[in-house]
Parts: sequence; structure tokens; C-alpha cells
Amino acid sequence: MATERPLLDLSPRPPNPAADILKPIPSSRSSRRSRGSRGSLDRITFAPPPTVIRYGSRAESDRANASQKDIPDEDARLVRINDPTGTNEHFEFSGNSIRTAKYSILTFLPRNLFEQFHRVAYIYFLVIAILNQLPQLAVFGRGASILPLAFVLFVTAIKDAYEDYRRHRSDLIENNRTAQVLTAGDFRPKGWKDIRVGEIIKVQSNETLPCDIVLLSTSDPTGVAYVQTINLDGESNLKTRYAKQETLFRTPEKQGLTGLIRCENPNRNIYGFYANMEIDGKRVSLGPSNIILRGCELKNTSWAVGVAVYAGRETKVMLNSSGSPSKRSRLETHMNRETFLLSALLIVLCTLVAVFTGVWLAIHKSELELAQFFRKKNYSNHKGDNYNYYGIGMEVFIRFLMAVIVFQIMIPISLYISMELVRLGQAYFMIQDSNLYDETSHSRFQCRALNINEDLGQIKYVFSDKTGTLTENKMEFQCASISGIDYSNGKASVPDDRGVYSVIVGDQYWRPKMVVKTDPELLKLLRNRRNTEEGRSASNFFFALSACNTIVPLVVDTPDPAQKLIDYQGESPDEQALVYAAAAYGFVLIERTSGHIIIDVLGDRQRFDILGLHEFDSERKRMSVIVGFPDKTVKIFVKGADSSMFGVMEKNLNANIIQATESHLKTYSSVGLRTLVIGMREMNRMEFEEWHSSYEKASTALFGRGSLLKAVAANIESNLSILGASGIEDKLQQGVPEAIESLRQAGIKVWVLTGDKQETAISIGYSCKLLTGEMIQIIINSNSKESCKKSLEEALATTTKLASMPPAAETTATGLGAGRTLALIIDGKSLLYILETELEGELFKVATSCHVVLCCRVAPLQKAGIVALIKKRTDDMTLAIGDGANDVSMIQMADVGIGISGQEGRQAVMASDFAMGQFRFLVPLLFVHGHWNYQRMAYMILYNFYRNSIFVFVLFWYVLYTAFSLTTAITEWSSVLYSVIYTALPTIVIGILDKDLSRKTLLKYPQLYGSGQREERYNLKLFILTMMDSIWQSLAIFFIPYLAYRHSTVDGSSIGDLWTLAVVIMVNIHLGMDVFRWNWVTHVSIWGCIVATFICVIIIDVLPILPGFWAIFHVMATWVFWFCLVAILVAGMIPRFTMKAFSEFFFPSDIQVARELEKFGNINENRVSEVAMSTFSNNQQQSIL
Amino acid sequence: MKNDTGISAARPSAGSGDGNAARRNSNRPKYSRFTQQELPACKPILTPQWVISVFTLIGVIFIPIGVVALLASNDVVEIVDRYEIACVPPNMTHDKIGYIQNPSISKTCTRKLKVPKDMDKPIYVYYQLDNFYQNHRRYVKSRNDQQLRDASKANETSGCDPEKTTADGMPIVPCGLIAWSLFNDTYSFNRGNGEAMIVNKKDISWKSDRDHKFGSDVYPKNFQNGALIGGGKLDPKIRLSEQEDLIVWMRTAALPTFRKLYGRIDVDLKENDIITVALENNYNTYSFGGKKKLVLSTTTWLGGRNSFLGIAYLSVGGLCFFLSTAFTVVSLVKPRTIGDPSYLSWNRNPASQ
Repeated sequence: MATERPLLDLSPRPPNPAADILKPIPSSRSSRRSRGSRGSLDRITFAPPPTVIRYGSRAESDRANASQKDIPDEDARLVRINDPTGTNEHFEFSGNSIRTAKYSILTFLPRNLFEQFHRVAYIYFLVIAILNQLPQLAVFGRGASILPLAFVLFVTAIKDAYEDYRRHRSDLIENNRTAQVLTAGDFRPKGWKDIRVGEIIKVQSNETLPCDIVLLSTSDPTGVAYVQTINLDGESNLKTRYAKQETLFRTPEKQGLTGLIRCENPNRNIYGFYANMEIDGKRVSLGPSNIILRGCELKNTSWAVGVAVYAGRETKVMLNSSGSPSKRSRLETHMNRETFLLSALLIVLCTLVAVFTGVWLAIHKSELELAQFFRKKNYSNHKGDNYNYYGIGMEVFIRFLMAVIVFQIMIPISLYISMELVRLGQAYFMIQDSNLYDETSHSRFQCRALNINEDLGQIKYVFSDKTGTLTENKMEFQCASISGIDYSNGKASVPDDRGVYSVIVGDQYWRPKMVVKTDPELLKLLRNRRNTEEGRSASNFFFALSACNTIVPLVVDTPDPAQKLIDYQGESPDEQALVYAAAAYGFVLIERTSGHIIIDVLGDRQRFDILGLHEFDSERKRMSVIVGFPDKTVKIFVKGADSSMFGVMEKNLNANIIQATESHLKTYSSVGLRTLVIGMREMNRMEFEEWHSSYEKASTALFGRGSLLKAVAANIESNLSILGASGIEDKLQQGVPEAIESLRQAGIKVWVLTGDKQETAISIGYSCKLLTGEMIQIIINSNSKESCKKSLEEALATTTKLASMPPAAETTATGLGAGRTLALIIDGKSLLYILETELEGELFKVATSCHVVLCCRVAPLQKAGIVALIKKRTDDMTLAIGDGANDVSMIQMADVGIGISGQEGRQAVMASDFAMGQFRFLVPLLFVHGHWNYQRMAYMILYNFYRNSIFVFVLFWYVLYTAFSLTTAITEWSSVLYSVIYTALPTIVIGILDKDLSRKTLLKYPQLYGSGQREERYNLKLFILTMMDSIWQSLAIFFIPYLAYRHSTVDGSSIGDLWTLAVVIMVNIHLGMDVFRWNWVTHVSIWGCIVATFICVIIIDVLPILPGFWAIFHVMATWVFWFCLVAILVAGMIPRFTMKAFSEFFFPSDIQVARELEKFGNINENRVSEVAMSTFSNNQQQSIL
Repeated sequence: MKNDTGISAARPSAGSGDGNAARRNSNRPKYSRFTQQELPACKPILTPQWVISVFTLIGVIFIPIGVVALLASNDVVEIVDRYEIACVPPNMTHDKIGYIQNPSISKTCTRKLKVPKDMDKPIYVYYQLDNFYQNHRRYVKSRNDQQLRDASKANETSGCDPEKTTADGMPIVPCGLIAWSLFNDTYSFNRGNGEAMIVNKKDISWKSDRDHKFGSDVYPKNFQNGALIGGGKLDPKIRLSEQEDLIVWMRTAALPTFRKLYGRIDVDLKENDIITVALENNYNTYSFGGKKKLVLSTTTWLGGRNSFLGIAYLSVGGLCFFLSTAFTVVSLVKPRTIGDPSYLSWNRNPASQ
């Protein structure tokens, strides 16, 4: 674990100087007397306020290898403290007013249009519309040609304007909030928008920060300020920020304060800040722990004063408020291939028209002058020149362009807009789905990327993080090994009120918020035999747990006035668990300030000084505190990962204990517990002083402070005596084993990528049923490239051996073929030698023939590397799911990235395409919504291709009877309205609402998910069939009226109206035939569209200025019209209906059978093969518990 | 649409901290059958019964309709006489265009038609043009409907090229190629016994056109005055709404072979009656090889003589009967239980081993 996330991640803690420990320390009694409020506790800190030295920061340790370099002036921003005029004199720093709104009234039109035309679809519309404006090419009237584009632009513009209006309003509210700003020697309220960089700002408790400020001083004498960053990264725990000691005791309103802050230019890294401050001729370096960002809230600190360094749009929160990631769905990529085919078809049709035109003109060349319908020459001006005729070559060219305009609809441009609407609708239903709502975190499903909904239906690989994703990341202390004795019977005791340890404060009970089960034996030991050797080490152990951390206790009121809860706040859930555990055993951490802690040790409240703190870093993998005890002894307590701790233990002294602890650790991690080892050492005076001077030297060093501090820590953390080890359980999330089983049944390969130890990973693998006892495990655990290669070759041999066996094992959907399934377990070190080398191919072969792949101890980038391995070598869709910052690279790499909005902040969510609360939601998300979305979108794309091409074909057949002159019998208005009104709504409604199968069925038969993986709903074959169908239907639509009205008096408008209605009714009935579920919305949209078409056609025909005046009434009054309409619909639908009926009955797809099952009940229910649950894994899980 | 805007309103702020529980609870999606996609719905499934009955039903409906339509079409008596070649004097057959363009040659021509069957009144007289592209894009656009309706819009000649104005710039009413090319052959009929049959040319156009499309105060102006005469002339004293030949002509035909109503004869004709037609062969179709035919036809409820619809209905009906039988047979040969889970692919495969 330690490799991947900062388990013991600490912010620096100020040690009191050595002198303090020699001073009298107030007795615990005196501190008890004054307990009651936080303020009073502060007051009892002894006389002269300690000179606090603040050392190091996370950023510094991250930069440990690079020596601390100066920021070059050209890259720096210079902020003069309390001198905004001077600060802004030479530089145009942005003011603090923010503008999330994109447009102003003046810029709205041009900017909005500019943005809208970024879409290819609109450019296509525009080019066609412009072409149509050339007089020679004017196919449609001006209005008709611009209308569709104008309509879409208008609607989008209205939407954008409304959204922008809302942004304007919220900007206004935000900008008009006030903050206390130092003006003329006093803090006075000032609007947020007027705050300038360099000004000094005072923030009260629970106020929101107006801009990014560098802390100068706070109400806390040690300069601590607690902030909640929920608006920034969603983390609800309190974070600590510090003021520098150099500024801590200045009161700017009285003494004034001048100085120069040199900081990096604005950037979006909310976890990094790099600056230094020149004050009183001294140069002080500043890090991320010295800055509070806009949007944070000040908590538990009555006030804080700081200087504004970044304001307005340059604040980190504003720089981070960018859009969601944009990916393109698989279906859309495929769709582009078919769009390309359609463009080719369009060009073929246009070329045909052009060629025929050429031939016709050549044949009839001599007749053109006198033929009444052509009239080549213009006689009205005596010159007798050609009228609108430019010779055959030019005519052919013009005709080609005109054909492009007439047949433009062949490219289903409106499809792109419909798809966006459909995805919006689908996203709405995913967000509204109460099955994806997480009760515990009160979080809904989130759709952050709106263009890959349908990808959820085609996933083949799921890459999952472990901690926080499969598990809850709610750590629970389970067992401890203390001086070689294992206490792991905590489970046995049922916690009741008696078992809960509480502290009596005055007439109040203070009780830890979380109840931890305790081991009765250990409790007895602590209570009754404290003076034995065992008892001493046990109490040292628990003291270490409550002291060696960065947890801040908060006292929370309960409805019962006599009772208060202690809520331990901290950044590491492991530490929280340990502190709660210590509290349960009687070591209640009650107060932590930067200089001391107060611990209620079994009813005796004591105060301890924190003299030094070595923060956690990923190299040492441990942290330590140096504690000054009331009896003036000094002890160092260290806790860390076992691998790093055993190296610094005094081996000779307690070899037996170490050995016993090691074996306990192995047991713990084999049942999936996270382990930490705790050690301590008493420091003598000389040692302490030596440490102190080097510590001070290191922490005041200007260069390489981080590495110096690390060296100091490494020096002192040695020769420890072992206290024991703790086992923390990271509980599996609800429903994880079932979810994984379902995913596997659906043919999805689940790979777990974790930073945990191999043993932990395997045991979690068992408990979540990823691994079963029947599986053959291939473990690759190598230290060199050669051994990697060898183990890969062996693994490959195993897989080929298995593959040569009867294929039964490979194909059974349950994947539980006895003993023939493989599990690959590989660690990060081996991956180091494999990824991005020639061994990758071998790994891919091995991994893909295994049913389960478990990668442990992998670094974040390796996670992305594994995803990339699959993406590179297959066409299969990948999904990555994770919750932490370490999963971000993987989430971004995968085709679909899912963030779990859990305990570890929002970074994964920010990077994800979808975010949800629990791992198990993956099942309804993929099987239900993914399946639906894919099915709907696939059908919708095919249908839109069909719908547009059928119309083009009808137009095309008519062109053959107009001397190829591209006349359309269908009025231009109907042509324009066809895809906007006549047929648009039903396909969108179906795309949002239609469901081939119910949620219940889809969840019951996970195998149904395979239809998306196999691309059954959208492929080239279906596309070709659809196109053939559309050609047949267009033939029926065109030729039935043609033959029926041949040699009759029918006029163009009447037969055009018949064609219009026939096409619209045909495509709507076609859609209706494919609808799976007719609910009222479907009925309204389909029948409504047909009615709307009738109304539109009638409206067009009652306008006397159009040539088709009254045609529809004349034609509808004849029997031939109705006979034609019915014959068209029946003849057009027969092939499709027959195909559908025959294939559904004689070659039913799984989905078809499932639909029948759904409708006609489960006659043969007992024949459904139920998934055999592995008994082995159940046993395994019991042994954990 | 931009990804970040569309859904932002609905986006919940997940992971929110303590406090403000009311807001967090409001986060829960409200339950409704609509939002949970559980609207009551009908789920049609094509069971064999359905398929067979649909096919049979279509067959049962279509075949009688086909029979009725065919009978109706056969009831129609139609006399078609192509005359544009026969009416050219024998000495002019080599130069038909010269013949038709020479105004000094008489265009009168006599045709004798024999009635094949009894014809009940009214008998409709049509002229039929073949190969005349009244739907040519140049042609159909060349009109101005505003000018036709409204006397004050006489100058409104946009779109009428190249028959917009006279050589000296006066607007032509009615302008445009369509009006310019007005058909101007005339027919008069005599029974074998010499009795003249009156051709009723009233109400041959659509009433809607007469009332709303062609103005009653609009009179032809400057019409057919150009260098090239396209067809018939109009009496400038008769208002457009009464120029029914023009109104009929201006309802442009959909297809290159079309008929237009010339008039009605309200006389019953007996089988083997001989009708003498005296026609004026004025209209030039020789320049592009178009045919002209005179058609006398009765009509039924289904219109003129056209057996296509009857045949189409019979064949579709027959096909449906065939498909229904085929489906029945195949489903008997290869039956399948509807909704049998053993047909699911994952239940099928293990069984095959």
C-alpha cells in the first residue's frame, strides 16, 4: 500500500524547541481543570509563546532530490505585502472579480456563432447553404435553404444564452460578497471583486476564502489554521495550514507589515505551491501548507490573516474549473466509417445525375432551343443569347453541385445533433436512477462525459483499483501483535455500551465517534497488569498509536447534552482507525496542538510535548514523533510499513519478538489486513541534543531542506525496539463479490490493479471471489529481466497446455470449469521489466488467456501501462474504475473511466467520465444502462442512416423522370422539414426511452451483455441490410404511385404530397415495428409525428402563393391516393417484416429469447443454469473473519 | 453541446461534507415511474400466431380490393388517338418544324374514331403529351404565382425568366415559360350522323385554383408578343380566373407523359359509333419529338383506366398468403417453444458437448 498512497501522509508538525522540555510542564490536573473549551486550552500553554519553527512540507519532500532553487524573476510573480498599488504597478495581475460567463451582450452573437461553427456538421450545413445561394445552383429558395441551419443555431444559441445568464447571475453574487481587507490601518469590509493582489485579508471562522492567500497569522498561537477544501477537491476532512513564524506575531493593522513574496506564476496544481517570502531581510520559503485557496472554508480557527497572491481567474480553483474530458465513443468511430460510405454513395448518385445530364443534353442538343420546356435562348432582349445555359460541360458540373445540394440529406448531419440530445436524455436517466444512488455518501451517479454513454454497453475489460473501490477504505482496527503475542479476538466480543471507553470531562461524557471491537484479554492486560513487562509494552503500543499520527480530535455535540463525541479528523484513514483503536483501549487522544498532545491514559489525563516530527515519505515508508514525557524522558515512536521497519529494529535485543511479529504479520496480510509495525526507543539527553541541533540545522537550511530532514530522520529512526504490529481491515464494499461474479458471467475480464502487497492482494482476491480454489495461479514475481522472461515463457507453456485441452474450460460462461481456469498474479517489479519492452507481447498472451489477472504493488503509471497494453493490442473496450489520485492515469487511459466518489478525494472523479458511489453499481451501470444505451444508440444510428437515405432515393428516382434536371415533386419546405419535424422526434424519444429488455432480466442474465461486446446491434452487415431495405422501400414508395398515376392528369404537387406522406409514414412505421416497448411517450411521438406531417403538408398546401395550392385536398379525395398509400406501406414493409419474423422465430438471438421469457413467464425456469458459488471462497472468507 | 454545461444543473456535489443534511437528502433522485424508466408499456413480440394472422389478414384484405380495383379499371372505356404525325400533310413530313411554324399552312385535320364499347356520359376529353417535361427544373420554376392572383402585382415577374418582359421592358401577364407554352390544339366532335357534340369546357380546372390562385381582376397583358411564340394566345378581355385552359395547363404535370383535361361531352356513346374529330394541330411538339394524343375516356370511382393497382393488390395479397403458408409450414417442421431459456446461447453450448 505504501508505494501507492501516502499511508501516513503528514503535514509537518512544529516541534517545540528543546528548551521547553526542561521547563516545568503543567500537570495533567491543571489542564483538566481548565478543560472545557478550546480557547481555554490554548490559554494554558506556558508563558512565553514558543518560537515555532516550521519545517518542510509535502511539496518540499516531493522535490527532495532537486535542491531548492530560486524562482527566476521572469517566471515569478512578485507580491508586495500590504502594498497592492506597488504590487500591481508593473504587472497586470488580474483583479478578484471572476467571470465564468462566456459572453457579454455585445460579444454574444459573434462568439457564440464562432463556437457553434466549430462543429463539422454546421460547417457542412453552411457550405451547402452557401452553395445554394449561387443563382445557378439555387435549388431551394433562400429561406428554405437556411432554415435548418438557422433553426439549430438559434436553439443552441438560446440554450447557451440561458446558461450564460445563469453564470452571469452567480458571478454577480460571488463578486459582491464581502471580505475584511486591511485598508488604512484597519480591516474593513470590501467587495470580493475589488480585492487586489498584495492586500491583506482577514477571514473569520466558517468564512469562505475570496482568493488564494498566503497565511501570515492565525488565531492559534502556533499559526495553525484548519480549512475544509470541500469546494475545491471534495474532501470533507480538515486540513491544516500554517503561518510562518516570521509573520506570526505581527499585527499588520498596528505595526504594518512589508515584505516581498516571490511565487510561481498561476498554475492549476492545487496541491503545489512554491514561493519564498522576504521579510525583515530574511528569506523564508513557502510551500503548499502555507497557502489557503479560494473556495476553502476556514474551520475551527477563529480568524486567519493572509496576503492575497492569486486573485480572480488566476486562483487555482478557477484555473481548475475546466470542462470534462472528451472522448469519442466506439460506436461513433464506427459510424464515421459508414458516414464515409454514405458520402461515397452520395457522390455516386450525384455523378450519375451529372453523367445522365450530359448524355441527355448531348442527345437532345438540337432540340433544346425550341422545346417549350427548355427554351435555351432568351429572346426578350433581341440578342438571342443563351438563357441560363452554359454548354454541356458546365451544365454537367452545375448539375453535379445541384445534386449535392438536393441529396445533401444523405449525410445524416442531424444525426449528430440528435445523438447529443439522446445522450443528454440517457444521462438524465442514469443520474435519476435510484439504483445508482449511494445511500452512505448521498451521492448520485454523475455523467461527466456526455459522449460515450453507449461505450458502457461494450466493455470487455474492467481494470479495478482495490482500496476504496473494491473495499470501502473505511479502515477498522482488527488485531494487534504486541511483543510477539497475537491479540486477534476482537471479533468475539460484542460491543455494547459498557465496552465503549469514554472520558469524563466535568459532568460530560466524551466518547469516540466510532466504536471499535476490543479484545477482552488485551483490555484485561491493560487494566490490571500494567506494570508487568507485557502490560508496559501494550500501553506503549497504544500510546504510540494515539501519539504517532497527525489526527486532530474534534468534539462534536450530541442531542444528549451530557454526551459529546470525539471525531478524529485526519487525512489518512489508517491513522484514524489506529487512533480510534487506541481510544477503545483507553488511550483517548483528546487534544492536539502543534506543540503538545493531551491523552487520557486510562482515565488519567496527561499532557505530552511533541518535540519533533518526521513526516512520512515514500522512501522511508515510515513516520516518527519525538515525545517529551511529563517525567522529562524523551522517546521516539516510529510506525511504518513492515518492509521498512524491520530494517531499523534492534535485532539482537528482541529477535524472538521480531520473529513472532513477522509470522503474525504474514497471517494478518494473508487474511487481507493492512499491517503497520510500531517501534520505539528512549532517547538520552545527549542523543536528543545532537538530534535537535541537526534537526534545527536541517530545517533552517535554504537548500535541500527536504533531503536533509530525511537524513536526520533516517539517522534517528534506528535501533528501535519493537512494540508490535497492527492489523487494519479494509472492509469489502457491499456486493462486491456478487458484482465481480456477474461481470465475469457477462464475459467481462476483471483485472485488479493494486498497490498492496501480494498476500493482501491475493486474499482480497479470494474474498471478493475473483480468485477461486479451482484456479491455477501463475505467479510472476521476478527481480530481473531474465527471470521475468523465463517465468513468462513458463506461463505461456502452461496456458498453451491448457488451451490444447478440450475447449470446454474456455467457453463456459461461468469460468468455473474445474481446475482449468488460470489466474495470473504479477507484481509491479516484474512489470517494470515487462512493460514497454519486447516482453509486453508475451505478457499480453499470457494475461489474455488467463481468466483473472491480479497486479500487485503497481505504481500509478504502471496501471495506465497495463490498460495501454490491452488497448494497443486488441479492439476490446476497456473500463477503469478507481477512487484515488493514483488511479487517475489509468482512468484517463481507459476507454471508459469511472471514478468512485469515496473517501480519497475527488481527483479520480475529476478525471473520470462517470462517477458513482459504489463498485457494485458497475453491474446495473453496464448491464442495464450500458446495454440500453448501446442498443438504443446503435439502432438510432442505423435508423437515421435509413431514414435519410430512403428520402434521398425517393428524390433520386424522380430525378430520372425529369430529364435529370433535379426537380423535386416533394416541396422544398417538406424537404427541409423532413428531418427537423416529420421524423426527428420519434427517433430521439426511442433513443432515450426504448428498452429491449427490462432491468430485471438484464441483471438476471448477465450473459445478455455479450450482445454489445460482439457488436451485434451495429455492424457493417446490418448497415448494408438497412441500406438495401431503404432502397427497396424507396422503390415501393416511388414506383407504386408512379405506375398508378402513369398517363393520368396528376400534377406534380399532388403526387409529391403522396410521396411525402408515404415516406414519413413509412419511416415512422418502420421505427414503430422495431420499438420494443410502446409506452405513452412512444405512442405520442410516433403518431404525433405522422399527424404533424399531415398538418404541415396541409399548411404548405393552403398557401396560395405556392404552386401546390390545395393539391393535398384534391388528391386525398381520390381512392387511388389511399390505395397507393396502403399498398406502399404494406409492400414496403413486407421484406423487413418477413425477415424479422423468420429470424426471430427460427434463429432467435439471446435477447429475443429473453424478451419472450419476460413476456410469457418462465415456463422452464428450472432449466436455467444457476451459477455455482465456489464453496472454497466462502470458506476462505470465513477464515478471515 | 458542450459537455460541461449540459448536465451541470443536475450534477450532484458528491462527497459533500458534514452539515447541511437537508441538501444532501434532496440529492436522492425522486422516484417516479418515468425517471426510473418503468412506464407501463406494451411489449409486442412476433409470435407465430401473430405473424401468420398478420400475413393472412393482409391477404384477406388485399385480394378483394385487387379484384374490385381491376374490375373498376376494366369498366373504363378509353379511346386514344395519336395524331401529331398523321396530321402533317404528306408533303411536309420531311420538315415538320417548318410545317408547324408556317402560319400560312392550315393546321386543320380530321380524325375518325370508333367507339369500342358503350360509353356513358360524362365522357372526358383529354389531350396527352408524351416526352414533354413539364417537370423540368427550368420550366416548373418559371412562373410567378403572385402576379397571377393580384392585379396590383403585375410587375412582379421574378422567377419568370426568360419570359419576363417584352422586348421593350413591359411585364408579361401571365409571365413565365409555363404560361408561354400554353397548349393550343383544339378539338370539335361530330357523331357519325353529323350531329355536333358539344364539348363542355366549364369546370375543367380546380375550383380552388379559379377562386384563389388566378385573380378575377387579372387580365392577360403583353402575352405571347415575343419573337418566339410558345403556344396558345389568351384573350386579353377574359380574366385569368376564367381562362380555364391556362389554369389546367399551369398545374404542371408530375411526369413527362401526362394528360390534361380538355373538356367533357355529356352524351352517351354506343358501341361502334364513329366520331369525327376536327382538330387544329397548332402545338409544336415536333421540335423535340413529342407525341400528341387525343383521349376520350369514361371514369369510375377509381379514376381512369389503369389496371396496375388491381394487379399490385392481387400480387401483394397473394404474396402474403404464400408467406403465411410458408411460415406455418416451416414452424411446423422446425417448431420452437416461445420463451424457452434453453435457447439462450449459454444454455445451448454446454449441451452440445
